[in-house]
Amino acid sequence: MIPAAILRHPGRLPVITLLALHTVIVAYPLFWMVSNSLKTTQEIYAASWSLPTRWVFENYAEAWVRGISGYFMNSVIVTGSTIALTLAISALAAFGMVRAEASGIGRAANVVFLACIAGMLVAPQVALVPLYKMMQTLGLHNSHLALILPYTAYRLPITILLVRAVFLAVPRDLDDCANIDGCNSFQVLWHVYLPMSRSILLTCAVLTAYYAWNEFLFAIIFIDSDRLKTIPAGLMNFRDALMTDWGVLVAGLVIAAAPIILLFIVAQRYFLSGFATGAVKG
Amino acid sequence: MSRRALDLTIYSLPFLLVVGVFVFYPLIANFYYSFQAFSAFSPTMRPVGLENYARLMNDPVIRIAFVNVGLYAALSVLCQVAFGLVLAAILSQAFLGRWARFLQAFFFLPVVMSITVIAFVFTFFYDPMTGLINELLAAVGLGAWQRAWLGESATAIYAVIAVSQWQSIGYVMMLFVVAIQGIPRDLYEAAELDGAGPVAQFFYITVPQVREMLIVATVITVTGSITVFSEPHILTGGGPGNSSTVLATYMYRSAFFRDEMGYAAAIASVIFVATMMVSLLQLRLFGKAK
Repeated sequence: MIPAAILRHPGRLPVITLLALHTVIVAYPLFWMVSNSLKTTQEIYAASWSLPTRWVFENYAEAWVRGISGYFMNSVIVTGSTIALTLAISALAAFGMVRAEASGIGRAANVVFLACIAGMLVAPQVALVPLYKMMQTLGLHNSHLALILPYTAYRLPITILLVRAVFLAVPRDLDDCANIDGCNSFQVLWHVYLPMSRSILLTCAVLTAYYAWNEFLFAIIFIDSDRLKTIPAGLMNFRDALMTDWGVLVAGLVIAAAPIILLFIVAQRYFLSGFATGAVKG
Repeated sequence: MSRRALDLTIYSLPFLLVVGVFVFYPLIANFYYSFQAFSAFSPTMRPVGLENYARLMNDPVIRIAFVNVGLYAALSVLCQVAFGLVLAAILSQAFLGRWARFLQAFFFLPVVMSITVIAFVFTFFYDPMTGLINELLAAVGLGAWQRAWLGESATAIYAVIAVSQWQSIGYVMMLFVVAIQGIPRDLYEAAELDGAGPVAQFFYITVPQVREMLIVATVITVTGSITVFSEPHILTGGGPGNSSTVLATYMYRSAFFRDEMGYAAAIASVIFVATMMVSLLQLRLFGKAK
C-alpha cells in the first residue's frame, strides 16, 4: 500500500504529491463529463462540480434520438471503411516490397519506401484547398467517400512501414514451401503472411480507428449535410441545436467519446505499442 | 519487366494510386494554386504571380498567427516534453509497482478522446459566469483574477494552449516511458553505488540516454503546433478579433469565409515549408547525435 510506503520513505512524498495532483487534473474533466451528463440543465448551472442529486439517465436517450445516433452511425461507416481499405492496401504494398527485396530488386522497392517516408511528411492541412477542389470535381464532395479516401491515403504510409517491418520477419522457407505447394503469390500473402501478422494488423486497425473516429478538419469541410456528418463535426451542430439543454449535450459528448475509450481499455497493448513507434499522432 | 518487378508493381499500385491522388498531387497543386486568385465556386483561375506571397509578408494577421504558433510551440515543448519526461521518469520508479502501469494508461486517456468533446468540456470550465476556473479562483480568494478566459484577447490564446496540453501530455509521456524502458538497468545500479540520488540519476543518466526521443518528441510537438487547427477553431474561432488566430485557422477562414482560395493555398505553403524545416532540422540533429 502506498500510504505505508510513504511513512517509511518520506523522500517520496513530493513525487507522490505530483502524481496525485496530475491524477486529479486528468480525472476531473472525465468525472465532470459523466456526472453532468446525468443532471438537469438547472443543476449544471447551479452546481456543475458536484454529483447529480437525481440521476437523469433520460439525457442519454434524448441525446441519441436528437442527433447523436446519426453521427454515430456515420462515424462507424467511415471508420470501418477506412480501416478495411487501409489494411488491405497496406498488406498488399508491404507484401510486394518484402518480396521484391528478397528477390534482388530492392531498388524498385525503395521507390515505395520513399513514397511512404515522403507521405508521412505531408500534413493534411497543406492539402486542404486542392483536396476540396478535387472532391468537387470528382463529385465526391458531401459523401462519405470524401472522408474515407483521404483518411486512407494519410494512414497508408505509416501503416505500410509498420506492416512491412513484421512481414520481413516471416521465414523465407515458409514462403518457398507455399510456392512448391502450388500457391500463387496472393495465396502466399493470404495463407502465410497475414496469419503470422495478426498482432501488427490489430495495432494498425486500432490506430486507424483512433484517427478516423476523431479527425476534425476534413470532417467539417468535405461534408455539408448534417445527415452525413461524423461525430467530431456533427457535435458542432449538436451544440448549436442544444444551446439550452446542457445535460443532453454533455450526455452526447460521453456517447461520442465512449467507443474509442472502450477500445483503448480493451486493446491497450495495441494502442500503446502502436503510438510508441513515434510520429504517428494525427 | 521481370515477373518479380511486375509483382511489386501490381501489389503496390493501389497504394501509389491513392497516395499519389490524395497526398502528392494536392501538395503540388497547392503550390500552383498559391500563384492564382480563384473562388471555391468557379472553375476559372487568374494567375497573379507572387501577389499572394507579397500580401502574406505584409499581412498583420499572419504576424499574429506566427506569434501564436511560436507561443504554442514554446509552451507545448515546456509542458509536454519537459513535464512529460519528468512524469515518465517518475512512473518508471520501481517502488510504484503495479500503480505505474495503471497511471501510465490513465494519463494517456485524454489522448484518445475527440478534441471536439474535450474542447466543449473546457468551454464549460472557462465560462465566465458558471465556469469551474473562476469558481475555483473565488474559492481560494483570488476573485480579482477572474476573467472571461476565452473571451478576452489577452488570455484567449493561453486558454486554448492549456487545453492542448491537457490532451497531449500523456502522449509524449508515453514516448518517454518506452524510451526509458530501453535504458540498461546497470547504469542506474552503478550510479546508486556511487551514491547518486534519484534527481542526479535523472539528469546524468535518464536525460542523456533518452536524447534521441527528446529530439523526436520536440519535433512532434513543434510540427503539431505549426499545424494546430481544431483547438482554436472550436474554442475561440481564432478570436476575439484575431487574438487567438493560428496559421491553420487563418487558412481556413481565408478559404471558406472570405473565399480567397489562392491566398489560403499560399498560407498552406507556408505551413508546409515551416514543418519541412523542422523535420529537416531533426535529421541534422540526428546526424550530430550519432
